[in-house]
Amino acid sequence: MFDVTKIRADFPILSRKVNGQDLVYFDNAATSQTPLQVIDVITDYYCRLNANIHRGVHKLSQEATDAYEGARKTIQTHFNAAHSHEIILTAGTTESINLIASGYSSLLQNGDELLVSALEHHSNIVPWQMLCERTGAKLKVIPMTQEGTLDMSAYESLLNSKTRLVFVNHVSNALGTVNPIEEIITKAHAVDAKVLIDGAQACPHIKPDVQELDVDYYVTSAHKICGPTGVGMLYGKETLLNKLPPYQGGGEMISTVTFEKTTYADLPHKFEAGTPNIAGGIAFGAALDYMNNIGFETIASYEEELLAYATNKLREIPGLKIFGEAAKKTAVISFNIDGIHPYDIGSILDQLGIAVRTGHHCAQPIMDYYQIPGTVRASFAFYNTKEEIDRLDAGIRKAIEMLQ
Amino acid sequence: MESIAERQQEVIEEFSLFEDWMQRYEHMIDLGKSLPLIAEEHKTDDNIIKGCQSKVWVHASLEGDQLIFTADSDAIITKGIIAILIRVFSNQHPKAILEADTNFIDEIGLKEHLSPTRANGLVSMIKQIKMYAVAFQTQLN
Repeated sequence: MFDVTKIRADFPILSRKVNGQDLVYFDNAATSQTPLQVIDVITDYYCRLNANIHRGVHKLSQEATDAYEGARKTIQTHFNAAHSHEIILTAGTTESINLIASGYSSLLQNGDELLVSALEHHSNIVPWQMLCERTGAKLKVIPMTQEGTLDMSAYESLLNSKTRLVFVNHVSNALGTVNPIEEIITKAHAVDAKVLIDGAQACPHIKPDVQELDVDYYVTSAHKICGPTGVGMLYGKETLLNKLPPYQGGGEMISTVTFEKTTYADLPHKFEAGTPNIAGGIAFGAALDYMNNIGFETIASYEEELLAYATNKLREIPGLKIFGEAAKKTAVISFNIDGIHPYDIGSILDQLGIAVRTGHHCAQPIMDYYQIPGTVRASFAFYNTKEEIDRLDAGIRKAIEMLQ
Repeated sequence: MESIAERQQEVIEEFSLFEDWMQRYEHMIDLGKSLPLIAEEHKTDDNIIKGCQSKVWVHASLEGDQLIFTADSDAIITKGIIAILIRVFSNQHPKAILEADTNFIDEIGLKEHLSPTRANGLVSMIKQIKMYAVAFQTQLN
């Protein structure tokens, strides 16, 4: 039985005051909060295990290595990857994307085509633009619709024998749209293109099965899923990752080094140069354990309830327009009030102890499409409540009263 | 004519009358409404201040040896902030603007109530005003 009061007790930050009021944290799409179960793992690591991994003969190093590799296995199981060495631990989604973009520098040629969706975060646009500059490949855009979904027939007509890679987010960070990635992957594979899915916004709400999806690359960050910042993962099919050259050179990623010739380590170490974020990796595993203990179905159904409650409530506010009204979306409401800058709304809400995001959400092409400077984005997590949504509703009404 | 320091003191006293953030914000919103608006032809990309989440345009021109500022923003609270700056710095000699201290921002409790993104915008606005002063100071010499 899902008991939100009990869940909230796991998150110390939720009981703090902001500007003299109880914090209402609705910026979960930017970063999620961290439960004691994860904080304790980080503390325990530094109190009991701290050592460098994969090379020490001593006990601490062995225990730290076991914990780190155990986390990799937890991540593998969570995403149902075929092998644990298909899970590359990175600094986060952005680094994972850059790793792949860097790898393809030597695999693409002039005239190759890459497809990117119009709903992407800048981190799934800019690395590909840079890759195109290096290789002469062409970046084409899968257009979006007024509801904030992808134009799938346009996608089909963009695919052709020159298409090498397709980049789409599983869920849009600015609008919450859940994209039909199964269909996107199947159609891309039909022309022999590979697909990278940015799962940063999906993983807090959905448990993806990379084998069932048959996805080539899937990337995400721990800090959106109750884990710490500065750690994330790249899943890639073994055969594809083996064909990619290493990303960074350094320790850990080598097999033998001489000044004449260096050979590289096998997966996953080939892509993990230097001492990694050991505590972060272990905590990433703990965060997934925490979420799985609650259960993703439970999380999704509770968040759906919050989203429906908030959507109905906010729609009643005069002049409020919601952006992104896909049939399938996660618990995100992106909105504007007629005649008021999103920034002004966000500033007043902040004074009332309510944390939302305002601006373009690192997705300027979406804002350009709607011809708006940005939106106010309230994003919910399973530890939020209907009472908090009532405070948001009252806060927006107060802000309108002050600003109009 | 009042010096920059005197005007700053006036703003500090004015803001000290407010008991809570809401009154302070309401006052800023009112100030925003009284901002000397920039002429449409000066609302160019060159006049946009970088570092603010909302758009802020500032224009400066010389009248005699005094620098006159006009501005606008698409966000009303930002407009209030720039209105305070203009009230303090407009109609002053470029040299006086250059030498002016800007700590009054802290004293009116603005910085404490402004998020880092907005605070950066505030810093960028002050920097831009000082840049104009440098440019016109050279012109006067």
